[in-house]
Amino acid sequence: MTATTATVVAGGPSAWATAAASVLQVGAVALGGPLLLGLMGKVRARAEGRTGPPVTQVLLDLRKLVRKEAVRADQASAVTALAPRLLVASAAVAAAFTPLVTTRPVVATGADAFVVVYLLLMGSVALALGGLDAGTAFGGMGSSRAMTIGAISEPALLVGVLALAVQSGTSNLPGIVDASLAHPGWLASPQRLLALAALVVVVIAETGRVPVDNPSTHLELTMVHEAMVLEQAGPDLALVTMGEAMRLGLLLGLLANLFFPWGIDASVSGPAVVVALAALGAKTAAMAVLIALVEVSTAKLRLFRVPELLAGGFVLAVVAVMTGLVAR
Amino acid sequence: MAGAPLDLVQLSAGVVLAGAVLALWRRDLRALTSVLALQGCALATLAIVLAVHNGAVGLGVVAGVVLVAKGFVIPGLLARAVRAAPGSRETAPLVNVPASLVAAAVLVVLSYVVAGPLTALFPSPLTRLAPLGLATVLLGFFVLVTRRKAVSQIVGLLLVDNGVALVAFLLTAGVPLLVELGTSLDVLLVVVVLQVLATAMRARFGQFDLDQLRELHD
Repeated sequence: MTATTATVVAGGPSAWATAAASVLQVGAVALGGPLLLGLMGKVRARAEGRTGPPVTQVLLDLRKLVRKEAVRADQASAVTALAPRLLVASAAVAAAFTPLVTTRPVVATGADAFVVVYLLLMGSVALALGGLDAGTAFGGMGSSRAMTIGAISEPALLVGVLALAVQSGTSNLPGIVDASLAHPGWLASPQRLLALAALVVVVIAETGRVPVDNPSTHLELTMVHEAMVLEQAGPDLALVTMGEAMRLGLLLGLLANLFFPWGIDASVSGPAVVVALAALGAKTAAMAVLIALVEVSTAKLRLFRVPELLAGGFVLAVVAVMTGLVAR
Repeated sequence: MAGAPLDLVQLSAGVVLAGAVLALWRRDLRALTSVLALQGCALATLAIVLAVHNGAVGLGVVAGVVLVAKGFVIPGLLARAVRAAPGSRETAPLVNVPASLVAAAVLVVLSYVVAGPLTALFPSPLTRLAPLGLATVLLGFFVLVTRRKAVSQIVGLLLVDNGVALVAFLLTAGVPLLVELGTSLDVLLVVVVLQVLATAMRARFGQFDLDQLRELHD
């Protein structure tokens, strides 16, 4: 594989530099994801007139959880232990070659939209199996709900990215970002605006934010994600929280770079990477603040209305693809 | 046609189709009237760009008529009818919302396939956009068939009309002024008649639901 990678980036950065950039991306997602979660909590608290916990609260919680004793249900099989690890691993692998900081990550040829979406899906399935494993009613209910939502949101995510792929002529994520860097005029094209609307709906569903799921309640009628992880404790819960935070960071970063690729690094040189890292932080923080403000001002949808919202996102993505086909 | 004018035309055509999807998506009748206003303005923008690009005065006048009639007057009339009964929603469409959205996706793909031979007759950046208009027409018919409230059905009719107008602008570079005036007045008349009907229905039955009209047979 190294040979093909070397030919792809011939004349470009060395294999070591791309590998270092990928490690940097994983680190940025692992640290940035919890910070984004903390930022959203802070913005929500401020908008509601409270002081709120500090932005680093999620990181502090993670430290506390890691130090605790690992407790698992008596009936639990190896799935309970495996699920959180698989969730974090899939998010880390996806973060390694998604164009977040640089468009020249390691194995850039493999960074296909389909690969990244299916890696994320692998994490969701692992989490759902983990929820089922302990055999409690809540875990099963949460997993069933999460899969119902995922069954519509994953295809919508794929079709939404496909709209950009049609425009760029490649389904390779770094290729799409490169193409949109080369054509700034594409930013206002109809298929992009439609795909952006669709993907915002999908990202909100995938990360379990307010109109779809409320991460701060433990009410049996409404909870989705919280029900799934009810049986996880200690270091396992820390891993689940970490995995979810990484997925949030990854999805927001991907969305930001697909539609607003300003500042992303295309050469893997020292200063450009620093600028790209700052740009990524600024873009994702801005999106997190927007999402948090929307969360404060909207009510959670009834569970049975959620498929309506997601189906709407899916149709917008289909319309985006068709507009892309006719407006090439 | 290329560059910024083409971008604007593509964007307007995309907004018209997105408006049709939104009309299927939202249950709130007030939101439907805003969607119609947005669609009318997008249609007018498209016509204005075409008129300026071709230097066609007649088309410019048609664009003005479209802007006033479809952008402001008709949505305004509908909004008045909706305001008279606050909180009215499309509560129980014949096909539920997720299913109708999936059907919308199928209709959109269908119109792309069906319009292929049509655009192949004279391929140009404008005619290639015709499937968007065709899809708007099909979605309008779908709204007409599956929605129960009088206001939703008017919206469906207007979606069909907007789709036809979009196809006409894209394929023929504008319909003659007389025809456009005729259809616009026609549609306006239909809206006024349906508004009167809706008002009479509400006065008598307290709601807009057209299925209730069966009771008149008694």
